[in-house]
Amino acid sequence: MKKLRLTVQLLFTIVTNGYLYGFLNGKIYRGGLKYLCVPGLNCYSCPGAIAACPIGALQALLNQQGFQIPFAALGFLFLFGSVLGRFVCGWLCPFGLVQDLLHKLPICKKKKRLPCHHILKYGKYAVLILLVVAGSIFLWGGFAKVPAFCKYLCPSGTLLGAIPLLSANEALRSQAGGLFLWKLGVLLAIVLLSIRVYRPFCQYLCPLGAIYGLFNRFSLVQIHWEKELCISCMACESACPVALSPQEISRSPECIRCGKCVDACPRNCLLFSPKHRG
Amino acid sequence: MDFWKGCNRWAWALGALTGGLLLALGALQGQFDVIWKKAVMICLECIGIG
Repeated sequence: MKKLRLTVQLLFTIVTNGYLYGFLNGKIYRGGLKYLCVPGLNCYSCPGAIAACPIGALQALLNQQGFQIPFAALGFLFLFGSVLGRFVCGWLCPFGLVQDLLHKLPICKKKKRLPCHHILKYGKYAVLILLVVAGSIFLWGGFAKVPAFCKYLCPSGTLLGAIPLLSANEALRSQAGGLFLWKLGVLLAIVLLSIRVYRPFCQYLCPLGAIYGLFNRFSLVQIHWEKELCISCMACESACPVALSPQEISRSPECIRCGKCVDACPRNCLLFSPKHRG
Repeated sequence: MDFWKGCNRWAWALGALTGGLLLALGALQGQFDVIWKKAVMICLECIGIG
């Protein structure tokens, strides 16, 4: 399962960021696929991106003059969320893959959670409400609507968009200033934290994870716990990168469906299944 | 966070159907053009310039 997940993560990242010409010339893809959104957090200003970011799309629609319900972005989120839930985070998100790889670096002692996790885990909902929704609807910064999450926080935009674009595009590089340094600082903090703590951005800050987490309870892709077979050895809880108990796994909005619990269970009482047990 | 407690086994299909409906409404309102226009221009905010 571990190798399969890494392969899927790598393949999906390569396919959805496969516009190589963009990386070479510091330009972005302008084709028809950008009418559509990818499921994960993948900046549409990444030179290789062949589709749009769902959070970027949500903010773009909320940023329009007057208020309009962002039907199209919500449609993508409902569709991906209902079918996959946070399986998207565990298997299909490029920035999740980056954090997974950083956490594998054998540099320091690893931690699953930050102190005060029970409070900090709600940070992603605050980011969703304050930066993505309120930041886009209300008037900020000189009476202009601002895609506040993309502008001030999104590390995927810095890593997948800013760094490759500025490396290949002299004109853009000359315009980089304080805001770019701020975003670079945010990215650096998350990169360093990811080496020690498992996926800190996903656990505490990602608004997309917050949305998909709400769908985890009833999405088609589920991990089921066969209570009758369980011998309470807690091998699953030890293996779970976010330290969920078997009771919590199927319904928790924190479970990213990585499948480590499925691999760890000696009695096969945890399994991926589309079947719901009520 | 047991917001969806008690929902039945086909809730995912209802959610996906709602997603399809929302996509259709978005298409009718021309929202895909807005997404495309935003996605094909370099987003200066995203890369920390704008």
